[in-house]
Amino acid sequence: MTQLAYHRPVSAAEAARLAAGDPEAKLLAGGQSIVPSLKLGLLAPSALIDLAGIPELRGIRLQGRTLTVGAMTTHAAVAASPEVRSSIPALARLAEGIGDRQVRNRGTAGGSLANSDPAADYPAAALALGAVLRTTRRPIPADAFFKGLFETALEPGELLTAMEFPVPDRAAYVKLPQPASRFALVGVFLAQTGGAVRVAVTGAAPCVFRVREMEEALARRFAPESLAGIGLAADGLSSDIHGSAAYRAHLIPVLARQAVAQALG
Amino acid sequence: MSAQAPYIGRSVERKEDYRFITGSGTYTDDIVLPHQAYACFLRSPHAHAAIRAIDTAAASAAPGVLAVYTARDLAGIGGLPCGWLIHSIDGSPMKEPKHPVLAEGKVRHVGDPLALVVAESAREAKAAAALIEVDYDVLPPVVDTASAASSAVAVHAEAPDNVCFTWGIGDGAAVDAAFSGAAHVTRFSFANNRLIPNAIEPRAANAQYSPASDSYTLYVTSQNPHVARLLMAAFVLGIPEHKLRVVAPDVGGGFGSKIYVYPEETALVWASRRVGRPIKWTAERSESFLSDAHGRDHVTTAELALDADGKFLALRVDTTANMGAYLSTFAPCIPTILHATLLAGQYATPHIHCKVRAVFTNTAPVDAYRGAGRPEATYLLERIVELAARELGLDPVELRRRNFIRAFPYATPVGLTYDTGDYEATLERALELADVRGFAARRRASEQRGLRRGIGYACYIEACGIAPSNIAGRLGARAGLFEAAELRVHPTGKVTVFTGSHSHGQGHETTFAQVVADRLGIALEDVEIEHGDTGKVLFGMGTYGSRSLAVGGSAIVKAADKIVAKGRKIAAHLLEAGEEDVQFSQGAFRVAGTDRVKTFAEVALAAYVPHHYPLETLEPGLNENAFYDPANFTFPAGTYVCEVEVDPQTGRTRIERFTACDDFGNVVNPMIVEGQVHGGLAQGIGQALLESCHYNEDGQLLTGSFVDYAMPRADDLPDFIVETVRGTPCTHNPLGAKGCGEAGAIGSPPAVINAIVDALAPLGVRDVQMPATPYRLWQTLQAARR
Repeated sequence: MTQLAYHRPVSAAEAARLAAGDPEAKLLAGGQSIVPSLKLGLLAPSALIDLAGIPELRGIRLQGRTLTVGAMTTHAAVAASPEVRSSIPALARLAEGIGDRQVRNRGTAGGSLANSDPAADYPAAALALGAVLRTTRRPIPADAFFKGLFETALEPGELLTAMEFPVPDRAAYVKLPQPASRFALVGVFLAQTGGAVRVAVTGAAPCVFRVREMEEALARRFAPESLAGIGLAADGLSSDIHGSAAYRAHLIPVLARQAVAQALG
Repeated sequence: MSAQAPYIGRSVERKEDYRFITGSGTYTDDIVLPHQAYACFLRSPHAHAAIRAIDTAAASAAPGVLAVYTARDLAGIGGLPCGWLIHSIDGSPMKEPKHPVLAEGKVRHVGDPLALVVAESAREAKAAAALIEVDYDVLPPVVDTASAASSAVAVHAEAPDNVCFTWGIGDGAAVDAAFSGAAHVTRFSFANNRLIPNAIEPRAANAQYSPASDSYTLYVTSQNPHVARLLMAAFVLGIPEHKLRVVAPDVGGGFGSKIYVYPEETALVWASRRVGRPIKWTAERSESFLSDAHGRDHVTTAELALDADGKFLALRVDTTANMGAYLSTFAPCIPTILHATLLAGQYATPHIHCKVRAVFTNTAPVDAYRGAGRPEATYLLERIVELAARELGLDPVELRRRNFIRAFPYATPVGLTYDTGDYEATLERALELADVRGFAARRRASEQRGLRRGIGYACYIEACGIAPSNIAGRLGARAGLFEAAELRVHPTGKVTVFTGSHSHGQGHETTFAQVVADRLGIALEDVEIEHGDTGKVLFGMGTYGSRSLAVGGSAIVKAADKIVAKGRKIAAHLLEAGEEDVQFSQGAFRVAGTDRVKTFAEVALAAYVPHHYPLETLEPGLNENAFYDPANFTFPAGTYVCEVEVDPQTGRTRIERFTACDDFGNVVNPMIVEGQVHGGLAQGIGQALLESCHYNEDGQLLTGSFVDYAMPRADDLPDFIVETVRGTPCTHNPLGAKGCGEAGAIGSPPAVINAIVDALAPLGVRDVQMPATPYRLWQTLQAARR
């Protein structure tokens, strides 16, 4: 029978030490991906390092134009936070739209980002907002964080501690949920800060990505019409029973236009 | 006790809800017996494979393991029986290959159980099952319904072309003649999507053998424990029927999937004696997806012939129905008796012919699922009627009206006789409730937002109250379809009712109590309903096909009337009057024209304390049984109106309004009926918009969890507008009740799809296949643009 050690460290440093000492161990944040994987036998780690007892990983802080969200902050806490709602309402809405109430009360922002699920919502926010992901070792810009399917720049023993989101002038997130899981079949997060616009797409490919052509067009003029004529090739996009690559390619500009309209309020 | 009658017609709060809401119900998995052992089934990972060898040595030696069994150990045990025999058009009986309890020689679908591990804990049983080594010779599978009959591969040697039967009903020559003279013919080909039931409580069983009494007890998630006992004892295991007690305690939903006798509980009963310990198995959700009987899965072509005035002349239907890998308990009757006989719908179509080819495939067995055949028939009919209206440029409501049956009783060309109905009444009221007049303005408003709005109708009929046993027998049933009841009046006048119907969410403990309280003129709280235990209930055929009130309730009424009849004899003696002078009403026996009266409780007491009692002519006690066999099916009917808004960019559909107007005959508890309609609508809308079972070409189930199988959630649904019209009471049962359990699931899918097609017709869309997911609609729109 499977044997599984369980650790409950009280500091990020201790958690990182435990993780560094056991390459087969897994960090347990909200458990919304790991626990189902364990139940289905898809994952057999040597140990779980539960991060729930580390106060320094929780909390939301707004300082100047930077919103800092602790890695272990739940989706529900992000959704309800007055700081988030006042500074980046699109992020609060994103959190509010994740899973169901139970998932939002357990699942964490950091857990979602560190997992880099291709259909998760948070990676789109982090990438479009140009977040900085703080770890026990270094700050990692979002552009360098997401490496591929369930793959990030995090090294063994490195623990995500907090995300710093620069507060944009405008932002919006629109997703078309996969009907069963309600993960994003395609989700588009866009943010305008000063003259710059960033557009990030989740759900459509093995890893969240930016659409530079849209960013440039929207930087010239931030309006839905600016996206006219910008199409995406289906090559490299995901295809499954819920949507072909062509459908996903079609959805990206459709949802991006809706997001621009929403950002303009 | 003075009565608060009538209870019938009142939305009495459900008596059972206290225990459900407080978590104090007793479900099968809650039952832990002394020395409890646990089971795990090893299931096939392949859709189709020969079993070369099974090595159970490592599993047997694993910690906590008590026993490991395979088909070899079950030698001499029969296959699971099929309860319905269908004959092909050529007169030959259906192919009925053995459905072994554990796979013999071959596995035939992913999830097919081939070994049973019994251990001290469920975890140890599961761990040991993973140690069983099976040497498979993987074979190409038959997966697709439409092409199964032309596959080179045979699921069963007994059916080399995978055809179980080719059955037909109706006068084909008359239909052909009508088509040759038709002014217009509408054609429609479609698939009725395969569904996975997903009751909230997974299947579970706990089997115990008692050497002291040489008898067995099986706790099981069943909709019909007596049927399970009969089939399992007499047809599979060879246990004397009186030595097997089957208890179906609180059951968390069935929707058909818990009617059948499955391999797992059968294996557990058998093994409980071998192991000498009670054995429990509770399905994991993944197992439910793989092994519960699925629903629907038809591929159909239909043609409707109309004259120049839009009158239906004839309907011709050709359906292929997927039976899955084995014949489940009632599988053959679903696409035949419960489907083709409903093809008249609410319309006076003079000639109908339907051919049904049933095929075996390497997929889970398919059987009745809420509606069972009737949703398939209704979908076909209500889609083709709207298609015809569109082709002819007629208002779809007007076309329906021109063809409504208006005189009753009405004998359809497909074997049924509708006793009563008023289709205009439900249609008219539904149109009002749905504010159809305001639709055009709402459509314009949607269009201004770049969205498409459509309205769709469905006028359904169903045959419920299953069934007159003699008719069912002629149609191939291997069982009777009556219901039984016992009324036990206690000395204090309190009443325990034992019913053969089984409640797994329907609220029988309240509805039946309302019926009895009214019939006997006693208080509702003086009536207790017992069900779900062959050790308590005299007999029962169970709950399915919206039959519980119409058939089970009628049996209860019959028993109550016997109680009153005996009570009159007792009261006459007590009141020193002639029996013919004693009248019973509102809980009291009165001598007509006098103030002499005996209450129900006084009569009950006299029956059990027979000091002043006609012992020489009348037995003491007050206890009566009744069996009720219906004279006909019942025919609930109604009109559903769905209004949708579709985003043509994303393909996403929102149901803006849904109106259901039903005629269920007499209604006992309007709140419970409304709840039944709500649940049915959710399931029907689930089929129309969300749910679809996908096997890939290797026969692997791609929708094996809620990550990929989309169940309807509350926010997928609008606030329903539900109304039950005063209606036309059933003419042949004492309650005038027709049944309400399945209507929502039957009437809603075509209403939803008709609305979507109406929304997208200006974009060139003629048909949308179910489920109308955003992706499916986008594909449909792409195809329409080309």
